This record gives sequence, structure tokens and C-alpha cells, in this order.
Amino acid sequence: MDKSTFADPKFIINGAMHDALRHDSAHKHVTGSADYIDDLPEPAGLLHGALGLSERAHAEIVSMDLSEVTATPGVIWVLTGKDVPGVNDVSSNGSHDEPLLAEKKVEFHNQPIFAVIAETREIARRAARKAKIEYRDLPHWSDIDGALENGSPLVITPMTLQRGDAKAEMENAPRRLNGQMRIGGQEHFYLESHIAVAIPGEDDDVVIWSSTQHPSEIQHIVGHVLNIPSNAITVNVRRMGGGFGGKETQGNQFAALAAIAAKKLKRAIKFRPDRDEDMTATGKRHDFLVDYELGFDDDGRIYAVDATYAARCGFSSDLSGPVTDRALFHADSSYFYPHVHLSSKPLKTHTVSNTAFRGFGGPQGMLGAERFIEEIAYATGKDPLEIRKLNFYGQPGSGRTLTPYHQEVEDNILERIVGELEEGAEYRARRNAIIEFNRNSRYIRKGIALTPVKFGISFTMTAFNQAGALVHVYQDGSIHLNHGGTEMGQGLYTKVAQVLADSFQVDIEHVKITATTTGKVPNTSATAASSGSDLNGMAAYDAARQIKERLVAFAADKWGVPPTDVVFLPNRVRVGDKEFAFADFVKQAYLARVQLSAAGFYKTPKIHWDRAAGRGTPFYYYSYGAACSEVSIDTLTGEYLIDRTDILHDVGRSLNPAIDIGQVEGAFVQGMGWLTTEELWWDEKGRLRTHAPSTYKIPLASDRPKVFNVRLAEWSENAEHTIGRSKAVGEPPFMLAISVLEAISMAVASVANYKVCPKLDAPATPERVLMAVERMKRA
Amino acid sequence: MNDSIRFILNGEDITLGDVRPTETLLDYLRLKRRLTGTKEGCAEGDCGACTVLVGRLIDGKLHYESVNACIRFMGSLNATHVVTVEHVAAKDGTLHPVQQAMVDCHGSQCGFCTPGFIMSMYGLWLSNDKPSRADIEKALQGNLCRCTGYEPIVKAAEQVSHTRPSALFDPLEKTRSEIISRLWAMRNSETVTITTVEGRLILPGSLDALARVLSEEPNATIVAGSTDVGLWVTKQMRALDPVVFINHLTDLQSITAGDGGFTIGAGVTYSRAFETIAGKVPTLGRLINRIGGDQVRNMGTIGGNIANGSPIGDMPPPLIALGATVKLRSLAGTRMLRLEDFFIDYGKQDRRPGEFVESIFVPYPAEETQFAVYKITKRRDEDITAVLGAFYLTLDGEGDVNDIRIAFGGMAATPKRARNVENALMGRPWNEQTIEEVRAEFDADFQPLSDWRATAEYRQLTTKNLLTRFFLETSGAPAELHRFEEVA
Repeated sequence: MDKSTFADPKFIINGAMHDALRHDSAHKHVTGSADYIDDLPEPAGLLHGALGLSERAHAEIVSMDLSEVTATPGVIWVLTGKDVPGVNDVSSNGSHDEPLLAEKKVEFHNQPIFAVIAETREIARRAARKAKIEYRDLPHWSDIDGALENGSPLVITPMTLQRGDAKAEMENAPRRLNGQMRIGGQEHFYLESHIAVAIPGEDDDVVIWSSTQHPSEIQHIVGHVLNIPSNAITVNVRRMGGGFGGKETQGNQFAALAAIAAKKLKRAIKFRPDRDEDMTATGKRHDFLVDYELGFDDDGRIYAVDATYAARCGFSSDLSGPVTDRALFHADSSYFYPHVHLSSKPLKTHTVSNTAFRGFGGPQGMLGAERFIEEIAYATGKDPLEIRKLNFYGQPGSGRTLTPYHQEVEDNILERIVGELEEGAEYRARRNAIIEFNRNSRYIRKGIALTPVKFGISFTMTAFNQAGALVHVYQDGSIHLNHGGTEMGQGLYTKVAQVLADSFQVDIEHVKITATTTGKVPNTSATAASSGSDLNGMAAYDAARQIKERLVAFAADKWGVPPTDVVFLPNRVRVGDKEFAFADFVKQAYLARVQLSAAGFYKTPKIHWDRAAGRGTPFYYYSYGAACSEVSIDTLTGEYLIDRTDILHDVGRSLNPAIDIGQVEGAFVQGMGWLTTEELWWDEKGRLRTHAPSTYKIPLASDRPKVFNVRLAEWSENAEHTIGRSKAVGEPPFMLAISVLEAISMAVASVANYKVCPKLDAPATPERVLMAVERMKRA
Repeated sequence: MNDSIRFILNGEDITLGDVRPTETLLDYLRLKRRLTGTKEGCAEGDCGACTVLVGRLIDGKLHYESVNACIRFMGSLNATHVVTVEHVAAKDGTLHPVQQAMVDCHGSQCGFCTPGFIMSMYGLWLSNDKPSRADIEKALQGNLCRCTGYEPIVKAAEQVSHTRPSALFDPLEKTRSEIISRLWAMRNSETVTITTVEGRLILPGSLDALARVLSEEPNATIVAGSTDVGLWVTKQMRALDPVVFINHLTDLQSITAGDGGFTIGAGVTYSRAFETIAGKVPTLGRLINRIGGDQVRNMGTIGGNIANGSPIGDMPPPLIALGATVKLRSLAGTRMLRLEDFFIDYGKQDRRPGEFVESIFVPYPAEETQFAVYKITKRRDEDITAVLGAFYLTLDGEGDVNDIRIAFGGMAATPKRARNVENALMGRPWNEQTIEEVRAEFDADFQPLSDWRATAEYRQLTTKNLLTRFFLETSGAPAELHRFEEVA
């Protein structure tokens, strides 16, 4: 480190909070020198694992002959459920419904049954295909319809939210309608597939490198399957090649298998599934079927909403409880429902267990609400935006602020966000021009839609809203930063380092970001629910505060000044009328035996939730945003293009505008993929046939809006005392993409002169668009 | 030497005598060389995380092309220059302008796709100093990013072309003439055979040698671009032995635009064919731009697309509609076949043991004809066809249909003509009423399947609607959305 920079008085530091700093690893990303787990130097004697997968969707295992697998040259060990020393279960929620390796019964196609450990990955993969397993088929169903027809059990207790009397109010409403919306799931398609490396140590010890958003859960699960205490297990992750929720619980199986084999064979083990295995054997976003009944008046004002949210959960519960809960929490989108009754139906299906994915059920709930608005708009012959504004939550005192879960919306900035975007994007003029265009265009049609976002921030499981950080200041003034959050590309490490640089007033180059590890910060929550910087930023801030308090006390005492006269200036400290370079000051403190290390801690205030009662304050605050999209469709083929999207999004006072803009753009395009070309397709045997990028189509550069204007609401500040008054950014902008689906829907509606709601389901593949056009022609 | 292959890896000359026939470049780089900047994202040539540049001599000039290392076999690399992301920045750590632009524009988030993007952008930077937005989107068709939404990446590619500094800075421009002479020395006119415990790979030294090898080894797998065969290995774990590589054979690499049509050598890649074809038949050029991404087009060949006989191969329907013929060669000599007759049934082509496709002859559409190709997919770019229709129309002086050829992919077990529709159209006036009346004839021509790409119902309806689109376009009415137009 170049110490001379400390002596160079400057007015501002590099990398303060709110600076548009580049990602801390950007330089390493572009040179290929950023290490992902598969890139780390391999321990001598490393062995490789591969999964043996079920060939049936639902069947009893009658017999299993693995002799050819075992006999393959290079194969060291083949393990089955019987070889699990502890409990053969990797359920993330303790419900014991998710075997690590299926024993008597398989419940989805490509469920892991055994694992092969071999000298090379290729040998392991080839050997795994030599198993001879006999099955007795059982009835299976892959989708929600199948589950409903077969009276499928629920994977977890459903939730109900209600306020007022929806049934009675439905009778009072001047107009009523009911309908159904199908919402597809989504594969995460993080570019780095799952991976785990386990390195055995002495006693019970095992060190695991895992591509996980939740190191503490990997630690817990490995303890569970090995029957060893958590203190023997260290889980590390420096960075992931994307997560998006797909690495919240789904890394458990790979880490668990690697750990079991490592302890048994006393060799390091690497598990890296092929993309096809990753896509078929790990969970996805839940598909939903929303059944709704709406009561409203001729103006389009909502009286009552009654809706059921059935979800494809897969074979086990995993996170389906909180995911379906969050769908209900967001079933209001931005709208006040005077009377409301909402319930979830988390259905068991013979498919891989669905899991967390950016938005965590929220997008499905909100998409349903925007369909409600569309239905009312087409029923009343009005612009959907008019219906939206009519039904927005009001300001405190309006009597229109209470959510279906009985939390008051106190920080509502919807009107300003939507108003500014409507004006900036010239929504009205463009909508009129489009209606005119459609009048004169026979086959190409256009559509435009402006949709809002209001997203509740906090884990609904109150206990998860805590975080820790570990900060060391060394004698040379360099700073070591560690916290419980994980880096999956979202720039969390950069933002937290900015918090620390800002707190100590040193250039960010002096803050060393270190890999997340259960050995430094224990009992962490998943980096999920958009909470990473809210929680870990605050924890790091708290650690810095403790160290600074000690430094101030030391300086006040040593130089005989009041504590208020000890001031941290850019890269230096002023004590009374003296100034010290930061490193010199720290050295003095060390010599005076001041503790220069601290563990910071933070827990989110105010929140509580009673699931059984359906009441509480699950969210600390809300994030807002709005998007306006314009599309063109070809009514002969259903093909479409996104012509333009304008976004205004609220991140409070941004911790890092460059990173936040990146999150907004990326989330929007990912959401657009979910609603357009990303389609999961299971065949009649229950096999997922869209299991690789050749068959599962996420957006490309040429799919993003041709004109893409993204702005942050620079005037916004979080009303709550969050770090730097910022707001969470990971998930909320995902739902901005709903504007694309609705714009396509309007283009379709033009075929029937906007008299009929197209009821366009998601994903709106060209096929679904064409079929909707055909429905309009018949309407 | 005829028992090893030689190539240049970044700066280093490599000679390999122990190469498994299906060893991939990606595994070689990551496992044997510990060059871990190149990533495995999908192992099927669809995500671009493994993109590297391969430089090769074409007519004495050195061309660097982006390719997918995950499905590129080592045996296809003789006398090439393999360039990985580790070679791009200066030795002192100074970033290449392409890399610096990516950093400045915040073009990486998780960073896993980034080295692949850098290599694709670098390939573009080397070959095009004023790329349009459309050029950039095209160069990035073969790279998936799940974090950024691409906006900052496209901006980086634009920025670096605007501020293009002296080429002297560039590691590959600096060494161009030296690399040419090193590659020249590595070329081999003798047949190379490498035998390993897992099988043999053969690089015939000439077309005659290829014919000889295939007569001795009728079950050999012929590999040109490996954009399809690569997946047999990485996904189906098939063992192939022996493997005969043909991508180095210059005799298969020429495409000529003669008086009556193109003659396309079986080893000509889509990229190499593009300019010649697009110049004469623009609609076919637009189709080529929607086959895979640049990496796939730089490896995949039109000959391979025909020879493997897929019912969803994109080139056969338009070439059938144009009346193409295929030239097959074996030790016994050559024979010509109408392309239409080459496809017998699903997975079955009229290619006899020991035969290989040598070239394809494609007649130009006559002056007075109208010709169009439409590809329908779930995602616009880099997607496999759900339905592909090619239409070839000649009207007589009265405006009646004088000649019509309609061929479809994705609608049957082979690329197939819509004979019933054609017959119904012959002699009829080319107007909307005729189109409305003959649409139903498609039901007699095709009984498509439902799969993850589309239902039978959608395929059938779209097929009919494409005839309508073709009619509209021949009458001057706009009926198709085009992404690649200038953005304001």
C-alpha cells in the first residue's frame, strides 16, 4: 500500500457513500482474473462428484443396481441415501421433506438418487449413467391443473389475508367480474452453475467453498447430514456468478454431498453439475394460477377483491411458504382494496421443488393485481392508467392507507413517481398516437402501458432481519472488512466498503473486502429479500462506530481535548489544532493499547408479523417505481419488439447510483424475460425439456428496449433511518417489466378495438400473443 | 510430423501428440493450462461465457474469429492462434481499451459472463472500427448476461469504437505478421492421425485423403464446425471414434459467385458465406444473421447444416426453394443430387457409406422472381427454429402464378415442400382472395408436432400466415418487424 496518500490532505475521499463507484471487482472481471470457485487452485488429490438422477417423475424404487457404476475405472465411491452419516435431508425449513438422496421413492424427474465420486468429472458423469434402476410408476402431475384435478396435498399451511367483508361488498358493488390468470415460472439462469468444494480437516472439521447466498444455511445443513456441530464447519464464498435467489437454498445438496464424501474419503471433493443437471435438479420461480373476483363501480373504483393464489411448489416445501405469503403481501400492488380476501394454495407437484427468485412471489402477486386493473379498464372503457390512479393508496389521513395485512402505508410517493414519468415519457400523447397508428395499420399493432411498483422491504420472517460485520483496523491504517452478506454481482461488497470508507473517512482503496465466511461473522441470514445493503451496511457502520468511539476517547484523553474536537477528515484526523495522517493516528492508538477491531450488529426496528392472524407490520418501508413501455406486435405471427421503455425508480438516497442503475436495468430485463420468452415446458412424462440455453430463452442484447431511459428518483430519501437514507434495490425494479406485458396486451386488444380484455397470460411468447390475437378476432 | 497437432496459444507454440478425439478446447484451457478466465456456462455453445478468439489463415490473411471453446474440439485447432482473455491486457496490467470501456460503463456485475463478452467485443473491435448499434447487437447475439440487462455492455462497445486508439497498442495487431509466418509453418498437407486410448482423430491432408479415410472408416464421424457434434459429446456423453476433422481443408473452404449461382464448399462457415450470399440474396443474409450467434456462425458450416439432416436446420428450406443441388464425393467419384431429394426421412439422408458433402450449388433467383425466408422463434435471435418458411414466386405477364416453390422447416420430419399449396397456387392470380382460398391446403401438406418450441396449432397457423405475409410483402405492404434498423 502506498502510505503517502494518507499524508495528502484532500477535501473528499475516494469512494464515499453515494458515489457512483465502479464494482470492486470490475478490473478482475474484464481480465478474467476474478476467481469463482471452479477457478481456485485445486487441492492435491481432489476428486469430483456427479449426480445419479431419477428417470421417473413419481415412482417407487424397486431395485437399484449400481455395480457397473462402481466398477467403472476411476470411480472411487458411489454413495446413496444409506451413506448419509446424519440425517438424509436438506430441507431448508426443518420440515424434513427433502431427502438429499431419494431412497424408496422418487418424486420428480432428475431427482438425485445417488452420487458418484471419481478421479475426474468426466469419469463421474459417464459412470453415473450406467446405473440400472427399476421403478414402479406412481401417478404424477407436473402442473397446477394436474394438482387441482388430483386433489394434491399442500406442501405447507396456506395463508389468508382479509380485511372488511369482501363477499358482502361484492354484492354491493355496481359491477362485478371474475377471471383467471396463469403466470409462468422462471429459471434463474445464473451464468455460474452451482458448485461446492469440500476440504476435510482434522477431527470433525470441514471447510466448504460454496456458491451460495446463504453460507450459514450450508453450515447448518452440512452439520445436519454429517451429524457434527456447526463449529466444525466453515463455509466460504468470495463471489458468485449470479444468484437471483437460486442460490439461497439450492446449493445445499451439492455442499452436503461434497462434505459427506470429503469426510469419508479424506480427500477434497468438487461438485459441479452440468448446466442441464443444474436446471433440472434445482428449483425455480413458482408458477401461479390466480382466480379472482372483483367488485367495482362505473368509474373503475375497486370495492372488493377476492382472490386465490395457487402455486406450483414442486415436491417439497422449501421456501414455498414465504414465497406464496409474499405473493399475497403484494396482491395489492399499489392499490387500496377497501374489502379484501386473499388466500394461498401451495400445491404439491411432481416437479423439482420451487424456490426463491428475485421478488420471491411478489411479482406474481403484483402481476395479478395489474390484471385486475386491466380487467376493470376494459370493462369500463378507460385507459388502464386512469384506473390505476383512481385506486392508488392515499396519503396518511385519507382513509385509504391500510394494506390487506393491516400495515399502514406511510411513505407513499406513488403519485409523484407516476406523475413525473407520465409527463417525462409523454405517455398521453404517445398513447393517442398509438391508437391512431393502430387504426391505420392492418397487421402491425402497437401498445403502451405505464405500470407502478410498490414493494415491501424486510424478510417477513422477523428473525432474519439481523446482520453482523467484522472490522479490523491494522497498525498501518489499512482496514479489513467482513460481513455476513454475499456478493453475487449486485455490488453489495462495494456498497458496504463505501460505508466503511465514509465512516473512517479514508479512501476506499484502503478497505480490503474479504470473502464471506461463517468463521468471521456467524449466524447470518441469506443475502436475499433485497436486504443486503440495508442490513450489512448498517452492521459495518456499527462496527466502525465502535472503533471510532474508542479512537475518539483515546485522542481526547491523550491530547486533552473534548471528544467533539476529534474529527475524522479525509484520510486524516484532527485533534484540537493538530492533524495526523490516518495511519499515524491509528499507530498511536495501537501503542496506547486501543482495541482496533469490532464486531458490528444490526437488527431492523419496528417490524413484527403474526402469520396465523394475518396481521402485523412485516415491512420496514416500501420502495417505489414506475415504468412506461411501448411495443410493436405482428398479428400474423405473434412476434414483437420492445420499442421503448422509460423508468423512474426510487432507491431513496442512492448508496451508489451506478450500481443502482445497473440493478434497475438488469432487473427490468430479467423481468421482461420472465414475462415474454422464458418458458418452462414439462412433457407428459414430467421431464423438463427446456433445460439449457438452447431451449430456454433468456433475453439477449437485441431483446432489450430499443430506446431505454432509466432514471433514479433523485429527490427521494428513505423516511426511515436506513444506511445513508437509501432504499433496497435488488427486487423492486423486477416488477417494472409488467409494463411490457401490458403494452403487448394493449396491442392485442386493438384487434377488437379495445372492447375486450385480452387476458394475456405469462409468459407472452409469440405463440401466446398470436393465440390472444385470434381470440380477439373471434370476440 | 503426422502424429500431432500444432497451434499457438496466446504467445506460446504448442505441439500436442496426445489429444483425445473429442477433447474440448475449454477443458484443455481450464484443466490442463489453468487458464481459468474462460468460463463454462452451458457446455453447448449457447451462452458465450467460454468465448475465445481463434485466428486462422484464409487466403494468406490472418482472421481472428470468436468461437465457443466448450464445443470446439482440439483436433480442429491445427495451425491456428488461440487467444484467451488472459492475453488481452498489457503485461503491465494496463487494460485493453475494450476492457477499460467495460469497466467505465459498469458493464460487469457478477462478472462470470464478462470474459466472454470481452472476447466477443474484442473480435468486433478487431474487425470493425465503426460498428453500428445493429453490428454490436449482432456481435453479442451469442453472449448471455443475466445481470446487467446489456445496456451498459452495448454502451461500452459503442464507446470503445468512438475512442479507438492506435492499433499499435493492441496485442494482436502488434504480432500479426509474426503470427502469420508461425501459422504458415504449422500448416500440414499430410494426413495427421493421433491414436489415444479413447480413440483416434484424423486430419486428412487433402480431399483425396478424406475420401480414402472415409472409405476405410465408413463409420467415422465427420466434424467441420462441431456446433452440433459438440453437443453429442458434452450433453449426450457419446464416445466418437474415429473423428475425422475437415475444417482445415482449404479445398472445401471456397465460396464462389458464378454466373448462374453460388458454389459453396462444404467447409464454408456461415460467417464466411455471409457477404457473398447477402450481396446477391439479402433475405438469405438476414436469415444467416439469425442463426446462432457470431461464435456459432464462425464455426458452423452450411455443409454441416445440410449433411446432418435436421428437420429444423435453417438453410435447407430456402436452398430447396431456390432449387439447390448438392455434390457428394467418395473414393468412387462424385454425384449430384437435388437438395430436396437428399433428405429421405427423419435422421436419414441419401449419403452413402464413404461419401461426404463436397459442395452445394445454389442458383440465383431469377430477375423477375420474388424470394423470401421467414424464421419464427420464441426469441428473435440465437434461437432454434419453430417454423421456417421459404417462398419462391414467379408471376406471368398477367399477374398469375407461373412458378411457386414453398419449403418449410419445423413442420415435418425433414425440410419439406408444401406441394399441395404450390399446386393450388399454380396459374391462379396472385391476390388476396387466392391466398385466402389456398391457405387451408397447408393442412394437407403438414401435420406438425407440438413441443417446447411451439404447439402444432401455432405452427400450422403461423405457416398459413407466413404465406399471407409473403403476399403482403410482394405487394409492397410492410408486414414484418425488423430489429436491426438504426435507433434514433
